[in-house]
Amino acid sequence: MNLQHVLTEIEKIDPEVYDRLDGRRQAVKSLATAGGKIALAAVPLALGSLLSKAYGQPATGQIINVLNFALTLEYLEAEFYNTGLASAGLIPSGEDRMAFETIALHENEHVQFLKAAITQLGGMPVAKPTFDFTAGDGSGMGPLAGVFANYSLFLAVSQTFEDTGVLAYKGQAANLISSNEILRAALRIHSVEARHAAHVREIRSRRQSDPLVVGMPQPWITGNQSNIATNLVQPSYNGEENTVQAGVQIVGINGFAIDGNDASEAFDEPLSKEQVLMIVDPFIV
Amino acid sequence: MAEQKLPDVGPDTSPETRHLSRRKFFTYAGLSAVTAATLAACQKDLRGGQPSAPYAQDDPHNKPANTVNLGSGDIGILNYAYALEQLEAAFYIRVTSSLYAGATSKEKMYLEDIRDHEIAHREFFKTALGKKAIGPLLFDFSSINFSSRASVLGTAKAFEDLGVSAYNGAGELIQNADYLLLAGKIVSVEARHAAAIRDLLNYGSFADATVVDNNGLDVYRKPAEVLSIAGTYIETKIIANNLPTS
Repeated sequence: MNLQHVLTEIEKIDPEVYDRLDGRRQAVKSLATAGGKIALAAVPLALGSLLSKAYGQPATGQIINVLNFALTLEYLEAEFYNTGLASAGLIPSGEDRMAFETIALHENEHVQFLKAAITQLGGMPVAKPTFDFTAGDGSGMGPLAGVFANYSLFLAVSQTFEDTGVLAYKGQAANLISSNEILRAALRIHSVEARHAAHVREIRSRRQSDPLVVGMPQPWITGNQSNIATNLVQPSYNGEENTVQAGVQIVGINGFAIDGNDASEAFDEPLSKEQVLMIVDPFIV
Repeated sequence: MAEQKLPDVGPDTSPETRHLSRRKFFTYAGLSAVTAATLAACQKDLRGGQPSAPYAQDDPHNKPANTVNLGSGDIGILNYAYALEQLEAAFYIRVTSSLYAGATSKEKMYLEDIRDHEIAHREFFKTALGKKAIGPLLFDFSSINFSSRASVLGTAKAFEDLGVSAYNGAGELIQNADYLLLAGKIVSVEARHAAAIRDLLNYGSFADATVVDNNGLDVYRKPAEVLSIAGTYIETKIIANNLPTS
Protein backbone atom coordinates (compact mmCIF):
# COMPACT_ATOMS: atom_id res chain seq x y z
CA MET A 1 0.00 0.00 0.00
CA ASN A 2 1.26 3.43 -0.94
CA LEU A 3 -0.18 5.70 1.71
CA GLN A 4 0.39 8.89 -0.20
CA HIS A 5 -1.28 7.33 -3.20
CA VAL A 6 -4.30 6.39 -1.12
CA LEU A 7 -4.64 9.90 0.26
CA THR A 8 -4.14 11.44 -3.17
CA GLU A 9 -6.90 9.24 -4.54
CA ILE A 10 -9.22 10.22 -1.71
CA GLU A 11 -8.37 13.87 -2.30
CA LYS A 12 -9.59 13.55 -5.90
CA ILE A 13 -13.12 12.77 -4.77
CA ASP A 14 -12.97 14.67 -1.51
CA PRO A 15 -10.75 17.75 -1.73
CA GLU A 16 -11.42 18.38 1.96
CA VAL A 17 -9.89 15.11 3.07
CA TYR A 18 -6.95 16.70 4.84
CA ASP A 19 -9.21 19.18 6.60
CA ARG A 20 -11.48 16.39 7.68
CA LEU A 21 -8.53 14.62 9.12
CA ASP A 22 -8.88 16.73 12.21
CA GLY A 23 -7.09 19.68 10.60
CA ARG A 24 -3.82 17.89 11.01
CA ARG A 25 -2.90 18.22 7.39
CA GLN A 26 0.78 18.39 8.00
CA ALA A 27 0.75 15.45 10.39
CA VAL A 28 -1.06 13.36 7.85
CA LYS A 29 1.30 14.32 5.06
CA SER A 30 4.24 13.52 7.27
CA LEU A 31 2.73 10.17 8.08
CA ALA A 32 2.23 9.51 4.40
CA THR A 33 5.78 10.46 3.57
CA ALA A 34 7.18 8.46 6.42
CA GLY A 35 4.96 5.49 5.62
CA GLY A 36 7.84 3.34 4.56
CA LYS A 37 9.68 3.96 7.79
CA ILE A 38 6.85 3.26 10.20
CA ALA A 39 6.54 -0.32 11.35
CA LEU A 40 4.61 -2.03 8.61
CA ALA A 41 1.92 -3.27 10.97
CA ALA A 42 1.29 0.18 12.35
CA VAL A 43 0.55 1.86 9.03
CA PRO A 44 -2.87 0.34 8.28
CA LEU A 45 -3.89 0.93 11.87
CA ALA A 46 -2.73 4.53 11.79
CA LEU A 47 -4.51 5.14 8.50
CA GLY A 48 -7.61 3.37 9.74
CA SER A 49 -7.88 5.52 12.82
CA LEU A 50 -7.27 8.69 10.82
CA LEU A 51 -9.97 7.82 8.32
CA SER A 52 -12.40 6.76 11.00
CA LYS A 53 -11.99 10.17 12.59
CA ALA A 54 -12.46 11.85 9.23
CA TYR A 55 -15.56 10.03 8.10
CA GLY A 56 -17.09 8.86 11.34
CA GLN A 57 -17.07 5.23 10.17
CA PRO A 58 -14.10 3.07 10.91
CA ALA A 59 -12.14 2.28 7.74
CA THR A 60 -11.15 -0.88 9.52
CA GLY A 61 -14.84 -1.69 9.89
CA GLN A 62 -15.02 -3.18 6.43
CA ILE A 63 -11.90 -5.22 7.05
CA ILE A 64 -13.27 -6.51 10.34
CA ASN A 65 -16.51 -7.45 8.59
CA VAL A 66 -14.59 -9.42 5.98
CA LEU A 67 -12.52 -11.16 8.65
CA ASN A 68 -15.65 -12.09 10.62
CA PHE A 69 -17.16 -13.50 7.43
CA ALA A 70 -13.98 -15.55 6.92
CA LEU A 71 -14.04 -16.60 10.57
CA THR A 72 -17.57 -17.93 10.14
CA LEU A 73 -16.42 -20.10 7.22
CA GLU A 74 -13.41 -21.31 9.17
CA TYR A 75 -15.62 -22.21 12.18
CA LEU A 76 -17.76 -24.21 9.75
CA GLU A 77 -14.79 -26.09 8.30
CA ALA A 78 -13.03 -26.63 11.64
CA GLU A 79 -16.10 -28.07 13.33
CA PHE A 80 -16.87 -30.21 10.29
CA TYR A 81 -13.44 -31.85 10.42
CA ASN A 82 -13.27 -32.00 14.22
CA THR A 83 -16.60 -33.84 14.23
CA GLY A 84 -15.56 -36.06 11.34
CA LEU A 85 -12.32 -37.08 13.04
CA ALA A 86 -14.24 -37.81 16.25
CA SER A 87 -16.80 -40.00 14.46
CA ALA A 88 -15.70 -43.60 14.95
CA GLY A 89 -15.38 -45.60 11.77
CA LEU A 90 -15.92 -42.65 9.41
CA ILE A 91 -12.44 -41.79 8.12
CA PRO A 92 -10.25 -44.77 7.19
CA SER A 93 -7.03 -44.93 9.18
CA GLY A 94 -3.75 -44.33 7.40
CA GLU A 95 -3.38 -41.86 4.53
CA ASP A 96 -6.94 -40.54 4.65
CA ARG A 97 -6.97 -39.97 8.39
CA MET A 98 -3.57 -38.27 8.29
CA ALA A 99 -4.77 -35.97 5.50
CA PHE A 100 -7.86 -34.91 7.42
CA GLU A 101 -5.81 -34.40 10.59
CA THR A 102 -3.61 -32.02 8.57
CA ILE A 103 -6.61 -30.21 7.12
CA ALA A 104 -8.36 -29.98 10.51
CA LEU A 105 -5.21 -28.60 12.09
CA HIS A 106 -5.06 -25.80 9.50
CA GLU A 107 -8.73 -24.91 9.84
CA ASN A 108 -8.44 -24.69 13.62
CA GLU A 109 -5.31 -22.55 13.20
CA HIS A 110 -7.22 -20.27 10.81
CA VAL A 111 -9.95 -19.82 13.45
CA GLN A 112 -7.40 -18.81 16.07
CA PHE A 113 -5.49 -16.57 13.66
CA LEU A 114 -8.59 -14.71 12.50
CA LYS A 115 -9.90 -14.22 16.03
CA ALA A 116 -6.56 -12.72 17.02
CA ALA A 117 -6.44 -10.50 13.93
CA ILE A 118 -9.97 -9.18 14.51
CA THR A 119 -9.21 -8.45 18.16
CA GLN A 120 -5.97 -6.72 17.19
CA LEU A 121 -7.88 -4.41 14.84
CA GLY A 122 -10.20 -3.45 17.69
CA GLY A 123 -13.07 -5.61 16.49
CA MET A 124 -15.14 -8.29 18.16
CA PRO A 125 -14.79 -11.81 16.71
CA VAL A 126 -18.20 -13.30 15.98
CA ALA A 127 -19.19 -16.23 18.16
CA LYS A 128 -19.16 -19.70 16.65
CA PRO A 129 -22.61 -20.45 15.25
CA THR A 130 -24.42 -23.71 15.94
CA PHE A 131 -24.01 -25.87 12.84
CA ASP A 132 -26.25 -28.47 11.27
CA PHE A 133 -24.05 -30.40 8.83
CA THR A 134 -27.06 -32.21 7.41
CA ALA A 135 -27.90 -28.84 5.80
CA GLY A 136 -31.20 -28.99 7.66
CA ASP A 137 -31.17 -25.52 9.22
CA GLY A 138 -31.17 -27.05 12.69
CA SER A 139 -33.53 -29.96 12.07
CA GLY A 140 -30.63 -32.39 11.96
CA MET A 141 -32.53 -34.16 9.20
CA GLY A 142 -31.50 -32.21 6.14
CA PRO A 143 -30.54 -33.66 2.75
CA LEU A 144 -27.02 -34.46 3.99
CA ALA A 145 -28.21 -36.56 6.94
CA GLY A 146 -25.66 -39.22 7.76
CA VAL A 147 -22.70 -37.08 6.68
CA PHE A 148 -20.68 -38.30 9.70
CA ALA A 149 -21.55 -41.95 9.10
CA ASN A 150 -21.13 -42.08 5.32
CA TYR A 151 -17.53 -41.41 4.17
CA SER A 152 -18.60 -40.91 0.58
CA LEU A 153 -20.92 -38.09 1.66
CA PHE A 154 -18.34 -36.66 4.05
CA LEU A 155 -15.82 -36.41 1.18
CA ALA A 156 -18.34 -34.76 -1.10
CA VAL A 157 -19.18 -32.13 1.53
CA SER A 158 -15.48 -31.65 2.31
CA GLN A 159 -14.65 -31.00 -1.34
CA THR A 160 -17.50 -28.51 -1.60
CA PHE A 161 -16.48 -26.68 1.58
CA GLU A 162 -12.85 -26.42 0.44
CA ASP A 163 -13.66 -25.27 -3.09
CA THR A 164 -16.21 -22.80 -1.69
CA GLY A 165 -13.63 -21.52 0.79
CA VAL A 166 -11.17 -20.84 -2.02
CA LEU A 167 -13.73 -18.95 -4.07
CA ALA A 168 -15.03 -17.07 -1.02
CA TYR A 169 -11.62 -15.72 0.03
CA LYS A 170 -10.96 -14.78 -3.59
CA GLY A 171 -14.16 -12.77 -3.66
CA GLN A 172 -13.06 -10.73 -0.64
CA ALA A 173 -9.48 -9.89 -1.67
CA ALA A 174 -10.44 -6.52 -3.14
CA ASN A 175 -12.08 -5.53 0.15
CA LEU A 176 -8.76 -5.97 1.92
CA ILE A 177 -6.64 -4.01 -0.56
CA SER A 178 -6.14 -1.14 1.89
CA SER A 179 -4.26 -3.31 4.36
CA ASN A 180 -1.08 -5.03 3.20
CA GLU A 181 -0.82 -7.20 6.28
CA ILE A 182 -4.39 -8.45 6.28
CA LEU A 183 -4.48 -8.97 2.51
CA ARG A 184 -1.28 -10.98 2.68
CA ALA A 185 -2.63 -13.17 5.49
CA ALA A 186 -5.89 -13.74 3.62
CA LEU A 187 -4.02 -14.75 0.47
CA ARG A 188 -1.88 -17.13 2.49
CA ILE A 189 -5.01 -18.78 3.93
CA HIS A 190 -6.63 -18.82 0.46
CA SER A 191 -3.83 -20.88 -1.10
CA VAL A 192 -3.88 -23.35 1.81
CA GLU A 193 -7.59 -23.90 1.18
CA ALA A 194 -6.74 -24.55 -2.47
CA ARG A 195 -4.15 -27.16 -1.45
CA HIS A 196 -6.81 -28.81 0.71
CA ALA A 197 -9.35 -28.74 -2.11
CA ALA A 198 -6.85 -30.34 -4.49
CA HIS A 199 -6.12 -33.15 -2.06
CA VAL A 200 -9.75 -33.94 -1.22
CA ARG A 201 -10.38 -34.07 -4.97
CA GLU A 202 -7.42 -36.41 -5.31
CA ILE A 203 -8.84 -38.70 -2.60
CA ARG A 204 -12.17 -38.77 -4.44
CA SER A 205 -10.51 -39.42 -7.80
CA ARG A 206 -9.05 -42.62 -6.36
CA ARG A 207 -12.51 -43.92 -5.36
CA GLN A 208 -14.03 -44.90 -8.65
CA SER A 209 -16.64 -47.13 -7.00
CA ASP A 210 -17.78 -44.27 -4.75
CA PRO A 211 -21.49 -43.75 -5.56
CA LEU A 212 -21.18 -39.96 -5.19
CA VAL A 213 -18.15 -39.63 -7.47
CA VAL A 214 -19.12 -38.54 -10.97
CA GLY A 215 -16.53 -38.80 -13.72
CA MET A 216 -12.91 -38.32 -12.72
CA PRO A 217 -12.37 -35.49 -10.23
CA GLN A 218 -9.08 -33.69 -10.77
CA PRO A 219 -7.25 -31.34 -8.40
CA TRP A 220 -8.62 -28.39 -10.41
CA ILE A 221 -12.21 -27.49 -11.32
CA THR A 222 -13.28 -28.30 -14.90
CA GLY A 223 -16.10 -26.19 -16.28
CA ASN A 224 -18.87 -25.95 -13.70
CA GLN A 225 -18.61 -29.65 -12.86
CA SER A 226 -18.65 -30.62 -9.20
CA ASN A 227 -17.97 -34.32 -9.90
CA ILE A 228 -20.52 -34.89 -7.12
CA ALA A 229 -23.77 -36.81 -7.72
CA THR A 230 -26.11 -34.17 -6.37
CA ASN A 231 -27.32 -30.80 -7.56
CA LEU A 232 -27.25 -29.51 -3.98
CA VAL A 233 -23.63 -28.37 -4.37
CA GLN A 234 -24.07 -26.79 -7.81
CA PRO A 235 -24.27 -23.17 -6.54
CA SER A 236 -20.62 -23.51 -5.47
CA TYR A 237 -19.57 -24.37 -9.01
CA ASN A 238 -21.81 -22.20 -11.18
CA GLY A 239 -19.73 -19.60 -12.97
CA GLU A 240 -16.55 -21.69 -12.85
CA GLU A 241 -17.02 -22.40 -16.56
CA ASN A 242 -15.93 -18.84 -17.39
CA THR A 243 -13.24 -18.68 -20.07
CA VAL A 244 -12.96 -14.91 -20.58
CA GLN A 245 -10.54 -13.04 -18.30
CA ALA A 246 -10.35 -9.24 -18.35
CA GLY A 247 -11.97 -9.28 -21.77
CA VAL A 248 -9.46 -11.82 -23.12
CA GLN A 249 -10.85 -15.11 -24.49
CA ILE A 250 -8.59 -17.87 -23.16
CA VAL A 251 -9.90 -20.62 -25.47
CA GLY A 252 -7.47 -20.87 -28.37
CA ILE A 253 -5.56 -17.85 -27.12
CA ASN A 254 -2.88 -16.66 -29.56
CA GLY A 255 -3.29 -19.85 -31.58
CA PHE A 256 -2.48 -22.26 -28.77
CA ALA A 257 -4.46 -25.48 -28.29
CA ILE A 258 -6.21 -24.33 -25.12
CA ASP A 259 -9.74 -25.74 -25.02
CA GLY A 260 -12.69 -24.76 -22.85
CA ASN A 261 -11.77 -27.25 -20.13
CA ASP A 262 -8.18 -25.98 -19.92
CA ALA A 263 -9.34 -22.37 -19.96
CA SER A 264 -11.84 -22.85 -17.14
CA GLU A 265 -9.44 -24.96 -15.07
CA ALA A 266 -6.64 -22.38 -15.34
CA PHE A 267 -8.60 -19.69 -13.45
CA ASP A 268 -10.66 -20.13 -10.28
CA GLU A 269 -13.59 -17.71 -10.12
CA PRO A 270 -14.68 -15.70 -7.08
CA LEU A 271 -17.91 -16.12 -5.14
CA SER A 272 -19.52 -13.03 -3.62
CA LYS A 273 -20.28 -12.84 0.09
CA GLU A 274 -24.01 -13.07 -0.72
CA GLN A 275 -23.48 -16.21 -2.82
CA VAL A 276 -21.42 -17.83 -0.07
CA LEU A 277 -23.91 -16.96 2.65
CA MET A 278 -26.68 -18.56 0.59
CA ILE A 279 -24.55 -21.68 0.16
CA VAL A 280 -23.75 -22.04 3.86
CA ASP A 281 -27.11 -20.86 5.18
CA PRO A 282 -28.65 -24.36 5.52
CA PHE A 283 -25.65 -25.36 7.67
CA ILE A 284 -26.07 -22.48 10.13
CA VAL A 285 -28.79 -22.81 12.74
CA MET B 1 -9.36 -5.14 -25.59
CA ALA B 2 -7.87 -5.40 -22.15
CA GLU B 3 -4.80 -3.68 -23.53
CA GLN B 4 -6.63 -0.38 -23.53
CA LYS B 5 -7.49 -0.64 -19.86
CA LEU B 6 -3.91 -0.71 -18.71
CA PRO B 7 -2.48 2.57 -17.47
CA ASP B 8 0.42 4.03 -19.39
CA VAL B 9 3.26 3.09 -17.12
CA GLY B 10 5.01 0.37 -19.05
CA PRO B 11 8.60 -0.73 -18.71
CA ASP B 12 11.01 2.05 -19.46
CA THR B 13 13.41 0.73 -22.02
CA SER B 14 14.93 4.04 -23.09
CA PRO B 15 18.68 3.81 -23.67
CA GLU B 16 19.26 6.31 -20.88
CA THR B 17 17.36 4.27 -18.31
CA ARG B 18 19.00 1.10 -19.44
CA HIS B 19 22.38 2.72 -18.99
CA LEU B 20 21.56 4.01 -15.50
CA SER B 21 19.96 0.75 -14.51
CA ARG B 22 22.90 -1.29 -15.60
CA ARG B 23 24.86 -0.11 -12.61
CA LYS B 24 22.29 -1.10 -10.05
CA PHE B 25 19.97 -3.64 -11.56
CA PHE B 26 19.43 -7.00 -9.95
CA THR B 27 21.28 -9.56 -11.96
CA TYR B 28 19.52 -12.85 -11.94
CA ALA B 29 21.42 -14.52 -14.71
CA GLY B 30 21.99 -18.19 -14.20
CA LEU B 31 24.86 -19.96 -15.90
CA SER B 32 26.61 -17.39 -18.02
CA ALA B 33 28.86 -19.72 -19.95
CA VAL B 34 26.23 -20.92 -22.36
CA THR B 35 27.42 -20.01 -25.81
CA ALA B 36 25.34 -18.23 -28.38
CA ALA B 37 25.52 -21.29 -30.57
CA THR B 38 24.04 -23.50 -27.89
CA LEU B 39 21.34 -20.97 -27.23
CA ALA B 40 20.44 -20.79 -30.86
CA ALA B 41 20.26 -24.56 -31.02
CA CYS B 42 18.10 -24.72 -27.94
CA GLN B 43 15.78 -21.85 -28.69
CA LYS B 44 13.02 -23.87 -30.20
CA ASP B 45 13.20 -26.27 -27.31
CA LEU B 46 13.32 -23.59 -24.65
CA ARG B 47 10.52 -21.46 -25.99
CA GLY B 48 8.66 -24.18 -27.79
CA GLY B 49 5.01 -25.04 -27.61
CA GLN B 50 2.10 -25.41 -29.91
CA PRO B 51 2.15 -23.75 -32.39
CA SER B 52 5.87 -24.26 -32.86
CA ALA B 53 6.80 -20.65 -33.65
CA PRO B 54 4.54 -18.35 -31.62
CA TYR B 55 7.08 -15.53 -31.70
CA ALA B 56 8.03 -14.33 -35.16
CA GLN B 57 11.80 -14.31 -35.32
CA ASP B 58 11.90 -11.18 -37.46
CA ASP B 59 9.85 -9.12 -35.01
CA PRO B 60 12.29 -7.37 -32.67
CA HIS B 61 9.58 -7.05 -29.99
CA ASN B 62 9.25 -10.81 -29.85
CA LYS B 63 12.89 -11.79 -29.95
CA PRO B 64 14.27 -13.22 -26.74
CA ALA B 65 16.14 -10.42 -25.05
CA ASN B 66 19.37 -10.49 -23.10
CA THR B 67 17.81 -8.11 -20.62
CA VAL B 68 14.23 -7.21 -19.78
CA ASN B 69 12.94 -4.46 -17.51
CA LEU B 70 9.73 -5.42 -15.70
CA GLY B 71 8.78 -1.78 -15.27
CA SER B 72 7.02 -0.13 -12.36
CA GLY B 73 3.64 -0.07 -10.63
CA ASP B 74 0.96 -2.61 -11.45
CA ILE B 75 2.42 -3.16 -14.91
CA GLY B 76 5.69 -4.17 -13.27
CA ILE B 77 3.90 -6.71 -11.08
CA LEU B 78 1.95 -8.10 -14.04
CA ASN B 79 5.20 -8.43 -16.00
CA TYR B 80 6.73 -10.16 -12.99
CA ALA B 81 3.87 -12.66 -13.04
CA TYR B 82 4.26 -12.98 -16.82
CA ALA B 83 7.94 -13.83 -16.36
CA LEU B 84 7.12 -16.59 -13.85
CA GLU B 85 4.38 -18.00 -16.07
CA GLN B 86 6.82 -18.05 -18.99
CA LEU B 87 9.21 -20.07 -16.85
CA GLU B 88 6.55 -22.57 -15.78
CA ALA B 89 5.09 -22.95 -19.27
CA ALA B 90 8.51 -23.50 -20.86
CA PHE B 91 9.34 -26.11 -18.23
CA TYR B 92 6.14 -28.15 -18.70
CA ILE B 93 6.36 -27.89 -22.49
CA ARG B 94 9.83 -29.39 -22.27
CA VAL B 95 8.68 -32.05 -19.75
CA THR B 96 5.74 -33.21 -21.85
CA SER B 97 7.61 -33.10 -25.17
CA SER B 98 9.36 -36.32 -24.11
CA LEU B 99 8.04 -37.51 -20.80
CA TYR B 100 10.33 -39.53 -18.52
CA ALA B 101 10.04 -43.30 -18.84
CA GLY B 102 7.54 -45.12 -16.66
CA ALA B 103 5.19 -42.18 -16.12
CA THR B 104 1.72 -43.32 -15.04
CA SER B 105 -1.30 -42.25 -17.03
CA LYS B 106 -2.25 -39.95 -14.15
CA GLU B 107 1.18 -38.32 -14.16
CA LYS B 108 0.97 -37.77 -17.91
CA MET B 109 -2.54 -36.34 -17.64
CA TYR B 110 -1.67 -33.98 -14.78
CA LEU B 111 1.55 -32.74 -16.36
CA GLU B 112 -0.19 -32.06 -19.67
CA ASP B 113 -3.08 -30.31 -17.93
CA ILE B 114 -0.70 -28.17 -15.89
CA ARG B 115 1.26 -27.34 -19.07
CA ASP B 116 -1.93 -26.10 -20.70
CA HIS B 117 -2.89 -24.04 -17.63
CA GLU B 118 0.53 -22.39 -17.56
CA ILE B 119 0.36 -21.64 -21.29
CA ALA B 120 -3.07 -20.10 -20.70
CA HIS B 121 -1.63 -17.94 -17.90
CA ARG B 122 1.39 -16.93 -19.98
CA GLU B 123 -0.61 -16.02 -23.05
CA PHE B 124 -3.20 -14.20 -20.94
CA PHE B 125 -0.54 -11.90 -19.47
CA LYS B 126 1.10 -11.41 -22.85
CA THR B 127 -2.21 -10.40 -24.41
CA ALA B 128 -3.44 -8.29 -21.50
CA LEU B 129 -0.15 -6.42 -21.22
CA GLY B 130 0.01 -5.84 -24.95
CA LYS B 131 2.78 -3.42 -25.85
CA LYS B 132 3.79 -3.17 -22.21
CA ALA B 133 4.68 -6.85 -22.02
CA ILE B 134 8.29 -7.88 -21.61
CA GLY B 135 9.61 -10.05 -24.42
CA PRO B 136 10.08 -13.80 -24.24
CA LEU B 137 12.71 -14.95 -21.76
CA LEU B 138 15.46 -17.44 -22.42
CA PHE B 139 15.70 -20.34 -20.02
CA ASP B 140 18.46 -22.61 -18.83
CA PHE B 141 17.16 -26.00 -17.79
CA SER B 142 20.57 -27.67 -17.88
CA SER B 143 20.37 -28.53 -14.18
CA ILE B 144 17.22 -30.61 -14.74
CA ASN B 145 17.37 -34.23 -15.82
CA PHE B 146 14.24 -34.53 -17.94
CA SER B 147 14.53 -38.30 -18.17
CA SER B 148 14.35 -38.60 -14.38
CA ARG B 149 10.97 -38.68 -12.66
CA ALA B 150 12.50 -37.43 -9.42
CA SER B 151 14.22 -34.51 -11.13
CA VAL B 152 11.15 -33.50 -13.14
CA LEU B 153 8.61 -33.78 -10.32
CA GLY B 154 11.05 -32.28 -7.80
CA THR B 155 11.52 -29.26 -10.05
CA ALA B 156 7.79 -29.02 -10.69
CA LYS B 157 7.15 -29.01 -6.96
CA ALA B 158 9.74 -26.27 -6.45
CA PHE B 159 8.27 -24.16 -9.28
CA GLU B 160 4.67 -24.52 -8.07
CA ASP B 161 5.47 -23.75 -4.44
CA LEU B 162 7.57 -20.81 -5.65
CA GLY B 163 4.70 -19.57 -7.81
CA VAL B 164 2.25 -19.74 -4.91
CA SER B 165 4.66 -17.85 -2.64
CA ALA B 166 5.27 -15.26 -5.37
CA TYR B 167 1.59 -14.46 -5.88
CA ASN B 168 0.99 -14.47 -2.13
CA GLY B 169 3.77 -11.91 -1.74
CA ALA B 170 2.77 -9.81 -4.75
CA GLY B 171 -0.90 -9.25 -3.94
CA GLU B 172 -0.17 -6.41 -1.55
CA LEU B 173 1.98 -4.67 -4.20
CA ILE B 174 -0.99 -4.37 -6.58
CA GLN B 175 -3.01 -1.12 -6.53
CA ASN B 176 -5.82 -2.01 -8.92
CA ALA B 177 -8.53 -4.29 -7.48
CA ASP B 178 -9.24 -5.90 -10.86
CA TYR B 179 -5.62 -6.98 -11.23
CA LEU B 180 -5.64 -8.23 -7.64
CA LEU B 181 -8.65 -10.42 -8.45
CA LEU B 182 -6.90 -11.78 -11.55
CA ALA B 183 -3.85 -12.69 -9.49
CA GLY B 184 -6.20 -14.35 -7.01
CA LYS B 185 -7.85 -16.38 -9.77
CA ILE B 186 -4.45 -17.71 -10.81
CA VAL B 187 -2.76 -18.31 -7.45
CA SER B 188 -5.31 -20.84 -6.23
CA VAL B 189 -4.79 -22.84 -9.42
CA GLU B 190 -1.02 -22.74 -8.79
CA ALA B 191 -1.74 -24.02 -5.28
CA ARG B 192 -3.84 -26.85 -6.74
CA HIS B 193 -0.90 -27.69 -9.01
CA ALA B 194 1.50 -27.62 -6.07
CA ALA B 195 -0.71 -29.99 -4.08
CA ALA B 196 -1.16 -32.32 -7.06
CA ILE B 197 2.56 -32.54 -7.79
CA ARG B 198 3.36 -32.99 -4.11
CA ASP B 199 0.83 -35.82 -3.92
CA LEU B 200 2.42 -37.48 -6.96
CA LEU B 201 5.84 -37.30 -5.32
CA ASN B 202 4.82 -38.13 -1.77
CA TYR B 203 1.14 -38.82 -1.25
CA GLY B 204 -0.22 -36.72 1.60
CA SER B 205 2.39 -33.95 1.39
CA PHE B 206 -0.04 -31.52 -0.30
CA ALA B 207 0.19 -28.94 2.51
CA ASP B 208 2.96 -30.13 4.78
CA ALA B 209 4.89 -28.09 7.32
CA THR B 210 7.54 -27.09 4.76
CA VAL B 211 4.97 -24.75 3.16
CA VAL B 212 2.29 -24.12 5.80
CA ASP B 213 3.29 -22.47 9.09
CA ASN B 214 1.73 -23.01 12.50
CA ASN B 215 -0.85 -20.29 11.89
CA GLY B 216 -2.06 -22.32 8.91
CA LEU B 217 -0.58 -19.76 6.48
CA ASP B 218 1.10 -20.65 3.18
CA VAL B 219 4.55 -19.38 2.18
CA TYR B 220 4.92 -15.90 0.69
CA ARG B 221 7.98 -14.29 -0.87
CA LYS B 222 8.95 -10.82 -2.08
CA PRO B 223 9.82 -10.43 -5.78
CA ALA B 224 13.57 -10.08 -5.18
CA GLU B 225 13.70 -13.41 -3.37
CA VAL B 226 11.52 -15.15 -5.95
CA LEU B 227 13.61 -13.85 -8.87
CA SER B 228 16.79 -14.85 -7.11
CA ILE B 229 15.52 -18.44 -6.79
CA ALA B 230 14.07 -18.53 -10.30
CA GLY B 231 17.28 -17.02 -11.66
CA THR B 232 18.90 -20.43 -11.66
CA TYR B 233 16.68 -21.29 -14.60
CA ILE B 234 16.45 -17.92 -16.37
CA GLU B 235 19.16 -16.87 -18.80
CA THR B 236 17.71 -13.43 -19.48
CA LYS B 237 18.69 -10.71 -17.03
CA ILE B 238 15.60 -9.34 -15.33
CA ILE B 239 15.63 -5.75 -14.10
CA ALA B 240 13.21 -5.65 -11.20
CA ASN B 241 14.36 -2.60 -9.27
CA ASN B 242 11.42 -0.45 -10.31
CA LEU B 243 8.82 -2.81 -8.88
CA PRO B 244 6.72 -1.40 -6.05
CA THR B 245 7.88 -2.38 -2.58
CA SER B 246 4.67 -1.77 -0.66
